Amino acid sequence: MTSTVSFLNTKPHLVVIGNGMVGHHFVEQMIDQGGHDTFQITVFGEESYLAYDRVHLSEYFTGKGAADLAMTDGTLYSEHGVRYFTNSLVTEIDREAKQLILKDGKSLSYDKLVLATGSYPFVPPIPGHKRDNTFVYRTLDDLDAIRACAKQVTRGTVVGGGLLGLEAANALKNLGLETSVVEFAPRLMPVQLDEKGGAVLKEMIEGLDVKVYTDTATKEVVDGESAFHRMNFADGSHLETDLILFSAGIRPQDALAHQSGLSVGERGGISVNNHCQTSDEDIYAIGECALWNNRIFGLVAPGYSMAKSAAGHLMGDAGVTFTGADMSTKLKLLGCDVGSVGDAHAQTQGCKVFVYQDEISQSYRKMVVSEDGKKLLGAVLVGDNSYYDTLLQYYLNAIDLPEQAQALILPAMADVPVGLGVDALPATASICSCHNVSKQDINDAVCSGALSVSDVKGTTNAGTGCGGCAALLKKVVDNELLALGVEVSTDICEHFAYTRQDLYNLVKIGEIKTFSELLKVHGKGHGCEICKPAVGSILASVWNDYVLKKEHISLQDTNDRFLANMQKDGTYSIVPRIPGGEITPDRLIVLGEVAKEYGLYTKVTGGQRIDLFGATLPQLPEIWEKLIAAGFETGQAYGKSLRTVKSCVGSTWCRYGVNDSMKMAIDLENRYKGLRSPHKIKFAVSGCTRECAEAQSKDIGVIATEGGWNLYVCGNGGMKPRHGDLFAKDLDDETLVKYIDRVLMFYTKTADRLQRTSVWMDGLEGGLDYLKEVVINDKLGLCVELEASMQHVVNTFQCEWKTTLEDPEALKTFRQFVNYEGSDSNVVFVEERDQMRPATESEKQQLIAKVG
Amino acid sequence: MTTPWKLICEQEDLIEGAGVAAMLNGEQVAIFYIPESDSKVFVLGNWDPVGKANVLSRGLIAHLQEQWVVASPLYKQHFVLASGECLEENVQVPHWPAKLEGGHVFVAAH
Repeated sequence: MTSTVSFLNTKPHLVVIGNGMVGHHFVEQMIDQGGHDTFQITVFGEESYLAYDRVHLSEYFTGKGAADLAMTDGTLYSEHGVRYFTNSLVTEIDREAKQLILKDGKSLSYDKLVLATGSYPFVPPIPGHKRDNTFVYRTLDDLDAIRACAKQVTRGTVVGGGLLGLEAANALKNLGLETSVVEFAPRLMPVQLDEKGGAVLKEMIEGLDVKVYTDTATKEVVDGESAFHRMNFADGSHLETDLILFSAGIRPQDALAHQSGLSVGERGGISVNNHCQTSDEDIYAIGECALWNNRIFGLVAPGYSMAKSAAGHLMGDAGVTFTGADMSTKLKLLGCDVGSVGDAHAQTQGCKVFVYQDEISQSYRKMVVSEDGKKLLGAVLVGDNSYYDTLLQYYLNAIDLPEQAQALILPAMADVPVGLGVDALPATASICSCHNVSKQDINDAVCSGALSVSDVKGTTNAGTGCGGCAALLKKVVDNELLALGVEVSTDICEHFAYTRQDLYNLVKIGEIKTFSELLKVHGKGHGCEICKPAVGSILASVWNDYVLKKEHISLQDTNDRFLANMQKDGTYSIVPRIPGGEITPDRLIVLGEVAKEYGLYTKVTGGQRIDLFGATLPQLPEIWEKLIAAGFETGQAYGKSLRTVKSCVGSTWCRYGVNDSMKMAIDLENRYKGLRSPHKIKFAVSGCTRECAEAQSKDIGVIATEGGWNLYVCGNGGMKPRHGDLFAKDLDDETLVKYIDRVLMFYTKTADRLQRTSVWMDGLEGGLDYLKEVVINDKLGLCVELEASMQHVVNTFQCEWKTTLEDPEALKTFRQFVNYEGSDSNVVFVEERDQMRPATESEKQQLIAKVG
Repeated sequence: MTTPWKLICEQEDLIEGAGVAAMLNGEQVAIFYIPESDSKVFVLGNWDPVGKANVLSRGLIAHLQEQWVVASPLYKQHFVLASGECLEENVQVPHWPAKLEGGHVFVAAH
């Protein structure tokens, strides 16, 4: 029996089958063009998740969850009346009746249909390919299964040494398996690389302890002796492994086309025209399932272009056509840069080739140029992708090569101009290929008021696909701003023609101890509210002087100047340090008593401390005298400095805890509590992977593991949440502290003023990998200095409130008025929920009227 | 006519490069001490008309385009010390001529 899903609607019904990246992009395009008003749109996805970012699938193994990879949580669909169904497989198209039949037997009718069914991994039909512990690498469910299996075993092998295969090998390695790669072709990445490039890549990958077998055909998979499987190869040799991952290419998912009699290619793929229409004009196919001009496009950018042209056509704009796409790629595989542009195999008639190879640092670069040497036709890069952007632009825009064209792939040397200024790019140059954003589009965006990279990202979507164009995008935006006469100044303010990082170095190297000295030597004028606190913070980071010293006091923002947090009515709140959130009943009682005595509004903070609100200036020293007598010290909630180390109780109490997170949290808080930094810093330590302390949303997050501690860096809650990046795994206590010392000091040394670690990380050229190089491998030779700087801060810690109470000059500044003993009559409190709070303006009027 | 100078506080009550609050005829004022400026001391009303609290004495002093200003500690608007004019919003705070003489601070009370 079949039932019918019916929608009461007079609008034509547009059904999208498939909710991968391309299917989702199509829906976005329709919504952008108002297509949800023209059509009733329904989306079917076979997986249990809505569309997610398959390009970054591997990050699922390095700390990202399904929610991080999700491209939508369904809100966009719901808000625009798009119906969506997950776990819903469409099994049949009845083109005569214009009806779809679902796996559960339901049917529904369509007016227009879009197939975005993607592809499926090809598994070579060798005997044994369906044994247990064999997998493919395509969906989140696949990854869950791989992860579960990897926990039980030690050896993993990937069949297929192409782009996806190497990506999968990296994932196996990250899961802690001894990893091998078996490739049928004579070299790795046969599609993108030439023979030499493949050989260099192989050597690099073998250097990372991944065994690579090229030119190797697997004959069968049988039971192993020392492992779960034995793979018997055609040459008689064999390999024992516990887990096999097939990644031998993709095949278009065209089952529905076959079933319904749409025209398909000889080797699969649903044939489409330039509007992505199939042989049935009411049915479109886009993405990896579509065959255009006898080609399948297995990258996301062409899929997006197809989505755009199909959406355009459905909305009556036949001008946006799909006419092929550039398949150049750059990626990082197992940490090795690989790039391929255009005719990588030098197949163009009469073409000429430049090759550069460096066997010492393991890099290989090839340029394929036209017969007359004027145009770039293709390129291969292995080992260093910094050459890619320039080469790609020469290729895509057919720009005439410079006279010494070989310089484009030679290492940078003095006096040799390399690279292509963005000025030289034509307006049509494609900057972001995922979203097809041209230099002109960016120019338009800048002209209409997008004056920063993030603004331009917001209006054009450039840089929000694979992210590969980030560096180029920034150059283009800066260049456009410059052309418009908008000064792209990195100066901190009109008094110092330097960045914060420059000022830090000037202070440190020049041994400068005061603002006035720095201003005299390196600045001009008299300073302002931007440079004063910034320099005050730098001086504190480097020398760690008492911040209320006569020469420093005028640099401090009001919170730092009075060592408390100013509230809207000019009163202050007080937050004593409670390391790790651990507090004795006696101390808790002291807080209660003090709050009661001074009538302070009391609240528990998000950082596991207690905040006392409503203290007036002269009350601050009195209150602190009592708190210090009871053993409290300043919590520095007022400073751009370490706030708290949030923690769970850990293994001491918790049934699930695997390590003493409480002790670690307290130790870390006590170590870093005095550090003044570019912005506030929050830590958390969780005692197990349940992550009750929410460490992944902190600047520094530490999670206990069976093997020690996992360190996450540069997370953030707040306005723009960011999950921390997994920085290192299974660290012992000492290494953990060493890495945190270095990361924090490197941040303190190089970040902009008021830049949180999350934004700092996003702007760090080279990102997480670069930070690892600096901190773990000491790429910049800085680690000794970073640790010494941190140790200085640790050694010179002082409780600023204790120092203040001992300094009569400093205490004098806490008077409400210098010539009068009374209080501020504008500070008025009313009671609410049994505590006091500031009165509103109208409440103040009423109170004054009553008194009057 | 001579300006009626009134002693408001002593030099030692001031903080170099910053402000303090004082009472002047029942009104809260902020006194800023800038040794490198021509007039050395400036007096503005302490009331921040934007943040609606008595806090201007606790703002940071800045020197922007040749004039001395204070940045409100609440929402960072700049008020010109010599005139009380606000650089960002259409508001104004009262200001008084002031001078530093023989270790004493005088205000011209009008």
